Amino acid sequence: MSYISYRQLIADGMWHNNVAFVQILGLCPLLAVSSTAINGLGLGIATTLVLIASNLTVSVIRNWVRPEIRIPVFVMIIASFVTAIELSMSAWFYDLYRVLGIFIPLIVTNCAILGRAEAFASRNDIPHSLVDGAAMGIGFTVPLVLLGAMREITGFGTLFAQADLMFGPSAHWLTLNLFDDYGGFLLSILPPGAFIGLGLLIALKNVIDHKRAENRR
Amino acid sequence: MMRNIAIGGVLLALFAMVGTGLVSATYLLTKDQIAENEKQRLLGSINALLPASAYDNAIEQDLIFIRDPIISGKEEIPVYRARNGEEDVAAIIGAIAPDGYAGPIKLLIGIRVSGEITGVRVISHHETPGLGDAIEIDRSDWLLSFIGKSLSSLTEAEWAVKKDGGVFDQFTGATITPRIVVKSVHNTLLYFQKNRKRLFESPAYQGEAT
Repeated sequence: MSYISYRQLIADGMWHNNVAFVQILGLCPLLAVSSTAINGLGLGIATTLVLIASNLTVSVIRNWVRPEIRIPVFVMIIASFVTAIELSMSAWFYDLYRVLGIFIPLIVTNCAILGRAEAFASRNDIPHSLVDGAAMGIGFTVPLVLLGAMREITGFGTLFAQADLMFGPSAHWLTLNLFDDYGGFLLSILPPGAFIGLGLLIALKNVIDHKRAENRR
Repeated sequence: MMRNIAIGGVLLALFAMVGTGLVSATYLLTKDQIAENEKQRLLGSINALLPASAYDNAIEQDLIFIRDPIISGKEEIPVYRARNGEEDVAAIIGAIAPDGYAGPIKLLIGIRVSGEITGVRVISHHETPGLGDAIEIDRSDWLLSFIGKSLSSLTEAEWAVKKDGGVFDQFTGATITPRIVVKSVHNTLLYFQKNRKRLFESPAYQGEAT
């Protein structure tokens, strides 16, 4: 097994093989929950936790799970972690849990998680799997927050509204009201706005990649 | 061959047990906190309609479930009874407006024994963001216009939005949503007037509150 450097893993997760921009996985939660930056951050963190935990467990057991039963075992591991995280959020981040609602259990269906378990963690050692899980998770969280911020600014004219759901009442100062008397822009808040926003972000990434490739030449 | 299948099966069962163990442990650890959160949320919604000083019973346990085709459709809805000592104070009814612009709108309506509204809140809805969602208390003060209204303070015709000749505002670009909320509150008042005695005298539901 050839070892990839940690640096390469992080660069892959965050940029070259980004879950949202390149693999285009996990679209359902990505598009549905990114209506504000804080919602995006909440779901991103929950997904990252599941990814790290499942990558770790899959890597630990990789040598004694037989290939025939690996997929059901992975699914069981992921489902257990998601349920545990859902219960914990409902106990300690109740308001955020109520906002994210159905999308927490739906993390199970985020194919990025099973994908990483199968494609990476089941073939690599524990430290590499941990780094891969974290990098992929953060690489999913950043687009969620970016898209959330874009939609929130154009849709509601605010940024980081409801930050207190996540960081406690002392975080009210985080909320920025960018425009007074902003009428709101419905398209951004509704699902089509999410598609358009994601399209723009992917285009932006491609432009940057293109520029860099040209510079190298 | 058979041996491989057996080992696979045992391994799978083992993982199922470990996974279930993890979920059970988390459940036991978080169960009390979750129940407490849900109770606080319920009390929070109730106290937004009726100040906690107005009653002294454990209101979250003093509830009954009712079903009525007009105010709840096919679902069972909770009615919480606020009492002060022996005296009935108010009922908090979880009415459902079944015919919202995009699905049912769940309400919480506080009605004093005298038939006067103490407040209305929207618990959940699927109305259009930016148009119909002015029924949320966080977005506009519209719901506050119900406070103090009763069947005797307004005539039958006045229980409607202004466009239909009533006293309640509609929203720019959205008439359907406020119209059905007004209708639902009105129907709930009529139901309350007709069933008041029974609502307060029925024995409280014994079991887990939802």
